[in-house]
Amino acid sequence: MTDEQAIRVLIAKPGLDGHDRGAKVVARALRDAGMEVIYTGIRQTPEMIAEAALQEDVQVVGLSILSGAHLELFPRVVSALDERGVDDVLLFCGGIIPEADIATVQEMGFTGVFGPGTNTEAIIEFVRDHAASPAA
Amino acid sequence: MDAAELIAGVGNGDRRALARAITHVEADTETGRAVLAGLYPRTGQARTVGVTGSAGVGKSTLVGGLARAQRERGRSVGIVAVDPSSPFSHGAILGDRIRMQDLTSDSGVFMRSMASRGNLGGLAETASGVVDVMDAAGYDVVIVETVGAGQDEVEVATATQTTVLVTMPAGGDEVQSLKAGLMEVAQVMVVNKADLAGADTAATQLRALLAIAGERPWKPPILKAVARAGEGVEELVEAIDDHQAHLRGSEHAEEARRDLARAQVISLARAALHREALDAARRAGLLEELVEEVAARRRDPRSAAAALLRGVKDGWARERD
Ligand SMILES: Nc1nc2c(ncn2[C@@H]2O[C@H](COP(=O)(O)OP(=O)(O)O)[C@@H](O)[C@H]2O)c(=O)[nH]1
Ligand SMILES: [Mg+2]
Repeated sequence: MTDEQAIRVLIAKPGLDGHDRGAKVVARALRDAGMEVIYTGIRQTPEMIAEAALQEDVQVVGLSILSGAHLELFPRVVSALDERGVDDVLLFCGGIIPEADIATVQEMGFTGVFGPGTNTEAIIEFVRDHAASPAA
Repeated sequence: MDAAELIAGVGNGDRRALARAITHVEADTETGRAVLAGLYPRTGQARTVGVTGSAGVGKSTLVGGLARAQRERGRSVGIVAVDPSSPFSHGAILGDRIRMQDLTSDSGVFMRSMASRGNLGGLAETASGVVDVMDAAGYDVVIVETVGAGQDEVEVATATQTTVLVTMPAGGDEVQSLKAGLMEVAQVMVVNKADLAGADTAATQLRALLAIAGERPWKPPILKAVARAGEGVEELVEAIDDHQAHLRGSEHAEEARRDLARAQVISLARAALHREALDAARRAGLLEELVEEVAARRRDPRSAAAALLRGVKDGWARERD
């Protein structure tokens, strides 16, 4: 009654690494900030991530990656989203992204890049500031 | 996309339009209501199935298995999975996709996660709206997973034709703690995690509870399953099909359709009345006034509720004139 529609966020782990502690910490922080977080688990292909983003009609997609395969996987996520016409989501990423790759990743469309030890407050603020409003 | 575009898109198999239409229904927007009104004549084709039970009994795992078995039969599947919202932040972590990962790459499946409080129109109303959208989109089977915890969740059963109640053996406590209302709305009972000790006891307890409920035209079967290993899923599909055949074929078909329509209209009307009456009382300041009087013990809550209703009705009468 009082609440407006919550921001919907997909948190996904592309690639083969099996640790999702970081992703879960972020998911919980966003939930505690009042958002609806769709968590899909580990080992997602770019197609699975894009399809989940489409079906769930999220405003935000956050990828967590530790394997070092970001330069290979992130562009594939972006093009899988494009193929489906999902062109209005806010993208961010976290995990291990070397300093030297940050600019490249940002150019791909990942506006927010959050390294290890990022305060979850910073992620919440980023999502709140940049996400489109649902059902717009 | 406006309502007309969404309606056309849902009819053409445009998955993005379907996703957006669901968002509007969930948010109970003007567009969402127009979409539902436009799509409703196309509904009524899908077999709709509710899967409910306590958290952790294996509903999502079972729904995944159920969807795969339906796909093997050549039926397309829409899934709505509802998880509880946090009572503190109203946010939610919706993790049901984890158990259905493989279904994401199947174009004959569409799965949507929903938070129990994310919808502004009430859970049961929203769920039945989303079911209608998926039905109109042409999915042969639409499955709704909910945590059968409160009255809201029990009412979700009115959104589907066949309700499956899932339990698990847990030293007998699980069955004892089932919400009474849930037993009444279930047409199929599943004791999942039958690989754990106590499954037979749980099934026996369910049978006893059903016996107390008395004779009904449809006798709910009690099945055992090991969802994680895919065991018992075929039997579940058959039991659901049997119930659907019972609904469609028997002399009760017409009656059951009417019962479902009645339950839906009543539940929607109740929610709308509730919302509008309280909104009106709030706007007029009447609610707070009465609350003050009750808190100060100048008036009892029952007569305050009656006064509130009178005030709202008077307000509506004045609006009409
Ligand atoms: N032992 C056992 N565990 C199961 C079975 N089915 C599901 N589980 C596990 O139960 C947990 C909860 O399952 P989930 O499907 O998420 O339950 P939900 O909360 O009811 O949707 C998971 O760890 C599953 O792997 C089963 O048949 N036997
Ligand atoms: Mg579940």
